[in-house]
Amino acid sequence: MKHCIATIAVFIIGFSAIGQTCKLNLSGKVQDFHNGEPIVNATIYNKTTDSYTTSDLEGNFNINDLCKGVYQLSISHISCETKVVEIDLQDDSYKVVYLEHHVEELETVNVEGASVSKETDTGQETIIRKDYIDNNSSASLGDVIKQVSGVSSINTGNEIVKPVINGLHSSRIVILNNGVRLENQEWGIEHAPNIDINSANSISVIKGSSALAYSSDAIGGTIILEPKNIAIIDTLFGKTIMGYQSNGRGFNVNSSLAKNFDSGWYLNGNLGYKQNGDLKAPDYYLNNTGAKNLSGSFQSGYKSFEKGFEVYLSYIDSELGILSSSHIGNTADLVNAINSDEPLINEPFSYTINAPKQDVSHLLAKAKGYMRFKSFGKVTFQYDYQNNHRYEFDKRVGNDRDKAAVDLRLQTHSIKGDAKVDKLGRYLINFGVSGRFQDNFANPDTGVKRLIPDYTKYDLGAYFILKANISERLIGDFGVRYDLNHIDAYKYYYKSRWEERGYDDDFSDIIIDEVGIQYLTNPVFTFNNFAISTGLLFDINENHEIKFNYSLSSRPPNPSELFSDGLHHSAARIELGDLRLGKETSNRFGLSYLFNSNKFNITLDSYFNRVNDFIFLKPIGTEETNRGAFPVWEYTKTDANLIGLDANIDYYLNKAISFNVKTSYIHGQNLDEDLPLIDMPSFRLDTAVFYSKKEWNTFNASLNYVFVAEQNRYPDYNFETYIPTTDSYELVDISTPPPAYNLFNFQADMTFDVFKKSKLNVLARVDNIFNTSYREYLNRLRYFADDTGRNITIQLQLNY
Amino acid sequence: MKSFLKLLTLLLITNLIVSCSNDDDNTPPPPVNEEEVITTMTITFMPQGGGTDVVLKTQDLDGDGPNPPVVTISGPFASNTTYTGSVEFLNELEDPAEDITEEVQAEGLEHQVFFTVTNSLGTVTYNDMDADGNPIGLDITFQTIDTGSAVDGDITVTLRHEPNKDAAGVSDGDITNAGGETDIEETFTPVTVE
Repeated sequence: MKHCIATIAVFIIGFSAIGQTCKLNLSGKVQDFHNGEPIVNATIYNKTTDSYTTSDLEGNFNINDLCKGVYQLSISHISCETKVVEIDLQDDSYKVVYLEHHVEELETVNVEGASVSKETDTGQETIIRKDYIDNNSSASLGDVIKQVSGVSSINTGNEIVKPVINGLHSSRIVILNNGVRLENQEWGIEHAPNIDINSANSISVIKGSSALAYSSDAIGGTIILEPKNIAIIDTLFGKTIMGYQSNGRGFNVNSSLAKNFDSGWYLNGNLGYKQNGDLKAPDYYLNNTGAKNLSGSFQSGYKSFEKGFEVYLSYIDSELGILSSSHIGNTADLVNAINSDEPLINEPFSYTINAPKQDVSHLLAKAKGYMRFKSFGKVTFQYDYQNNHRYEFDKRVGNDRDKAAVDLRLQTHSIKGDAKVDKLGRYLINFGVSGRFQDNFANPDTGVKRLIPDYTKYDLGAYFILKANISERLIGDFGVRYDLNHIDAYKYYYKSRWEERGYDDDFSDIIIDEVGIQYLTNPVFTFNNFAISTGLLFDINENHEIKFNYSLSSRPPNPSELFSDGLHHSAARIELGDLRLGKETSNRFGLSYLFNSNKFNITLDSYFNRVNDFIFLKPIGTEETNRGAFPVWEYTKTDANLIGLDANIDYYLNKAISFNVKTSYIHGQNLDEDLPLIDMPSFRLDTAVFYSKKEWNTFNASLNYVFVAEQNRYPDYNFETYIPTTDSYELVDISTPPPAYNLFNFQADMTFDVFKKSKLNVLARVDNIFNTSYREYLNRLRYFADDTGRNITIQLQLNY
Repeated sequence: MKSFLKLLTLLLITNLIVSCSNDDDNTPPPPVNEEEVITTMTITFMPQGGGTDVVLKTQDLDGDGPNPPVVTISGPFASNTTYTGSVEFLNELEDPAEDITEEVQAEGLEHQVFFTVTNSLGTVTYNDMDADGNPIGLDITFQTIDTGSAVDGDITVTLRHEPNKDAAGVSDGDITNAGGETDIEETFTPVTVE
């Protein structure tokens, strides 16, 4: 059901007339804002006199015999929201009334529980709404979007949670925060997105690369966080959420306040803080897993139907401890850790965060302006700046003790121009251009070899998207996008590494200096990326819907895939990039079936994703250093197939009881080696029963059962290593996935009316009710410790 | 609104100019000399009462680069002899080379050197102590076995950062329960006592 807003441009052509009571005439015309065509049969209701008239075939209307005075007219049309206009009538008058006929649904005016619409028509997209985000206020983005079937996460402990969409993560997923593509060094598994979910009103998860207005390289998917729609009415409202989590003795506070004026001006802000100490597995504390997180955002601007602008600022600073026992010196330490049932460090609870830890801040500033042109559409310009500063602290000695081992500053400037043309009736056209400049600075004062080199990067993109309402029941879309990426880096290589990589043959021309045992090189790469997305949405009848989407996308290798060279401590391995890597290309076919009835809601998303030159880390042997022998993992490429099915089923038994079943399965295959792909999520079944009773202060309760199977399809990259202290060789089992596990969770909440107009929501949740010990295949710390045990959350939410 | 669009345009232009000028002074960054890498570990054994020193040395000048460490054993130990051993750690990537032994000494509570000797070549006892009275292992005594013929074995020397010195056997030099993180480890093989 589409809503329209009626916006009215008023031009009163006044003819001076001799004051005459109750003989005045008000005539006018109702027109479509977009193409100027007359709107036939619009209802004009004169509230003051309680009389009706309608517009004729030319859109004209006429009201006679009016007295001088103020009249309220309400103009409406089928499927349009009624709009009231006030007119101070002194003379005979003529008005042209522009009604907004086909509307961008995202602009829908709604005061509470804003309606949210999808970004794509034929893409596999799921929207997470505000109430779910609020109920999980202390969670990370990665944990919240696991709500969507087919979405999982790859973790380094509990705080560093990276979204995985249909088996793909990191650089293959594009995250948009209020229209800004997040640029935050997301290339490694232990770099989580720097984003606070509390400022978002909705989170859209699009599987695959069908959102071409944002990027051409989202091979895995796109995550879009949208703030609340601004209502053009006089209103002041706010919300405060406070929570306590028993596991980690954590607490979180988040407060937001919004003021809107009926003139169209608005401002709102959001401030949050959360902290926890060491988390606890059922049998022991996970030492040094504390975290602190400060976040805030501010948004202000002016909004009307025809024009508007906005400034937006957001800041987040996170300090994250990393499990102490996961920091190891060599392969023998890793063998010790894997073979030990419990972590080798086991101390009492503490809030203190020691090395190893990460301290990451992210600033985002955005300015946006838009105008609508009659008989054309909407044009938007946007500029944004992002500053991402990442410190990583290692266990160091002497004077370097408090010095960061990684100190990277990534700054990004982006501009974007976008036009949406909606005058073409059944067709919607969206096109635009974007430019981005990025500068990465790796501070040499760390005294540690740069993990990621200094570089500058330019991106230029252009896109064109056509959406066609072919018939009442059939929607088609087609989009193309082109992106040019240019990266210019300065990178030091040890001469020994340079030769071992064979670069002296292929890249001798990029050496610009020789310093001691190192070469200074200047690698420059240009990539051309071309993307297509097209599909059909067939609305068979009111119950059944079928969607098909094909998308072609490509992703250039990221700095870590190109330039890595060195020891990775938590993984006890040497990771090597490859300057020869090219872009990876994905051809993804998605087919969905949706069923909707009073009792059932079913969504089945199936996909086939063929990724050519898929870049992944693969072990190629061992190297001796004076810490011992280390396995060497090299970024390499293969052709890969990812095939999967995600299902979501809701069943409403009656008004009070409903059920939900979510499940997903993915089959990932490395075609070059005929092996399963590494790090593919295992089969998952997530079921819940809900009970709700409005009469008991909107009481809701749910019991949730999650089954995660053991991943039986994995490549065996185990190897043997010499253990000097025992003078023996031992197997380093880094590949075998942990066994299947079952978790039960419970949640209940009630809402009370408090004070005059406020509402207080009280929520209690128990995660992992039976305090089950388990390890998850996609958690990098599974070698070292169990996952977290039982956690009880109490949360208060006050809306005012 | 118009003034806003002007402001936006101005911002964009300024940004472009800034970006371009940034590009102009795009000078290469300075190199990083790895600061606390231990490239070189030398254990010098001096026989009490005179004789030839035995020096065990490992040197890896490209750190975690692909070249393996160069390991040298200066010669055999004499049978039934008491040696005084001293350990030195250097970072030769810095110029002049940085002596990391001093840092290990100063942070003795958080470090311990372990000596694992196979084939009963001899026994190692610690001569130094940290503030808690536990060994550090920079200064040791090595008593070789009494043997008529030459015996070969290995000596593995490990420097651990943040070991649990209170765990069973650790202060006696048994690495099994030490935990912590390995800073450097080398197995010298074969070491001969004759």
